Amino acid sequence: MEIKADTTVCIGAGMCALTVPQVFDQSDEDGTVVLLETSPPAELEDGVRRAVTLCPSGALSIAE
Amino acid sequence: MSELIMTTDRERPFDPPDRIAGLGGEAPLHRLTFADGHEGWLVTGYTAARAILADPRFSNRPEYTHPTIPARAEVAEKLRGREFAVPGFFLRMDAPEHTRYRKLLTGQFTVRRMKQLEPRVEEITHARLDAMEAAGKPADLVEQFALPIPSLVICELLGVPYEDRERFQSDSRALLALESGADEVIDAMRSMTGYLYGLIQRKRAEPQDDLISGLVQGGELADDELTGVSFLLLVAGHETTANMLGLGTYALLRNPDQLAAMRDDPSVVDNGVEELLRYLTIIHVGPIRSALEDVEVEGVVVRKGQSVAFSLPVVNRDPARFPGGDSLDLARPAGGHLTFGHGIHQCLGQQLARIEMRIGYPALLRRFPGLRLAVPPEEVPMRTDMSIYGVHRLPVTW
Ligand code: HEM
Ligand code: SF4
Repeated sequence: MEIKADTTVCIGAGMCALTVPQVFDQSDEDGTVVLLETSPPAELEDGVRRAVTLCPSGALSIAE
Repeated sequence: MSELIMTTDRERPFDPPDRIAGLGGEAPLHRLTFADGHEGWLVTGYTAARAILADPRFSNRPEYTHPTIPARAEVAEKLRGREFAVPGFFLRMDAPEHTRYRKLLTGQFTVRRMKQLEPRVEEITHARLDAMEAAGKPADLVEQFALPIPSLVICELLGVPYEDRERFQSDSRALLALESGADEVIDAMRSMTGYLYGLIQRKRAEPQDDLISGLVQGGELADDELTGVSFLLLVAGHETTANMLGLGTYALLRNPDQLAAMRDDPSVVDNGVEELLRYLTIIHVGPIRSALEDVEVEGVVVRKGQSVAFSLPVVNRDPARFPGGDSLDLARPAGGHLTFGHGIHQCLGQQLARIEMRIGYPALLRRFPGLRLAVPPEEVPMRTDMSIYGVHRLPVTW
């Protein structure tokens, strides 16, 4: 799994960082998403999928 | 079928109005007659609500949207041309104008920043519980607990003196009361912006370690914009969580097994708070958006210029998304509820609200294990007359 994040679209709502803090963080500057990991380990994949659906701005996408 | 108009009157305190709730399972969108006669739509379906709230072809600008609540039609009419002119009030802006303000703030509201506030929120919570205990029983939980905690937290975060609360709390009450006349709303807006404008001048002269001072010193925003931003944060920051704390406690008191789980099992708390947010959905009027062009949504064409109102309480009980959603079940996977909205306006303060509630409910229930209503349930005054739902007062004893 490859995660992509578009910080121009991200509105910093933090649903990603709340859902999988091991993978998603937020910049202190403007709150947009920071990927700590672009290919998460298998055990976090479900959480990542959940984060992608929870993201309100459509900033996150996954390539399998 | 007779024409559908928006209502906030409820048959039962925790359930959305039967008239609107009954539409929930039927179709995602329904024709709605707005308060000014406009013929638009009411959304009750979960997937349709998400789609529209995330769609840039729908605008949140006040000059395009129509009011749903009859008492608000007069206000909207009188404010026409004026409300649009609140600079910095980015809730009612579209991208990219909205983006500029939002990005200045999101760095201050990240999950990590809010986690750093936890110890302070705990201190404030315990100090309020001490004060409530000392004042003795019976007590009004709203006055003693639900309102002061988020007010103290947002005041400290923004750098608004808590001693001034009488003024801004009565202004925000006037702004949020559905029955306020246009003049009352305009007076309250004036009073609030006047107050905050003065505060910003003081922060400019003597900056402190708070969010408003930071924005002032950042130099990106003019004073009128700073006023609008502070206005939005102050009103949104204390009336919302306050009502969740009050109404949530009431809901738990009416569901003793759920109350016990929230009190005794720490593993229940995080999802339990999401479930309370979903079940109670305190934003019971609005949001409203208007189509900037013709848009097809789940087989319905919303025409350019038409307004779409959302019943978030009904959306959050869409049987296709939350089966059995009419009951409170703290163990239900409640993530994905739309209580904080969706799309670019999704609540900026949601991580703060979560922390206040995750700390607040268990702390209250552990301090007062015998907490119970001090009046019969039918005597609890419900906020059907306010744009944010909740309890006006919650008389409790222990
Ligand atoms: C349980 C408590 C809360 C609820 C249910 C809630 C709900 C909402 C909703 C539904 C929206 C979107 C409105 C729309 O799309 O038209 C929103 C936006 C907003 N909320 Fe909250 N809110 C809560 C707490 C807070 C807190 C504590 C703050 C403090 C800073 C806050 C600040 C804001 C701001 C600034 C916006 C506008 C965001 C934007 O337009 O980009 N809210 N809130
Ligand atoms: S959930 Fe989406 S909008 Fe929110 S911070 Fe993460 S990527 Fe950005």
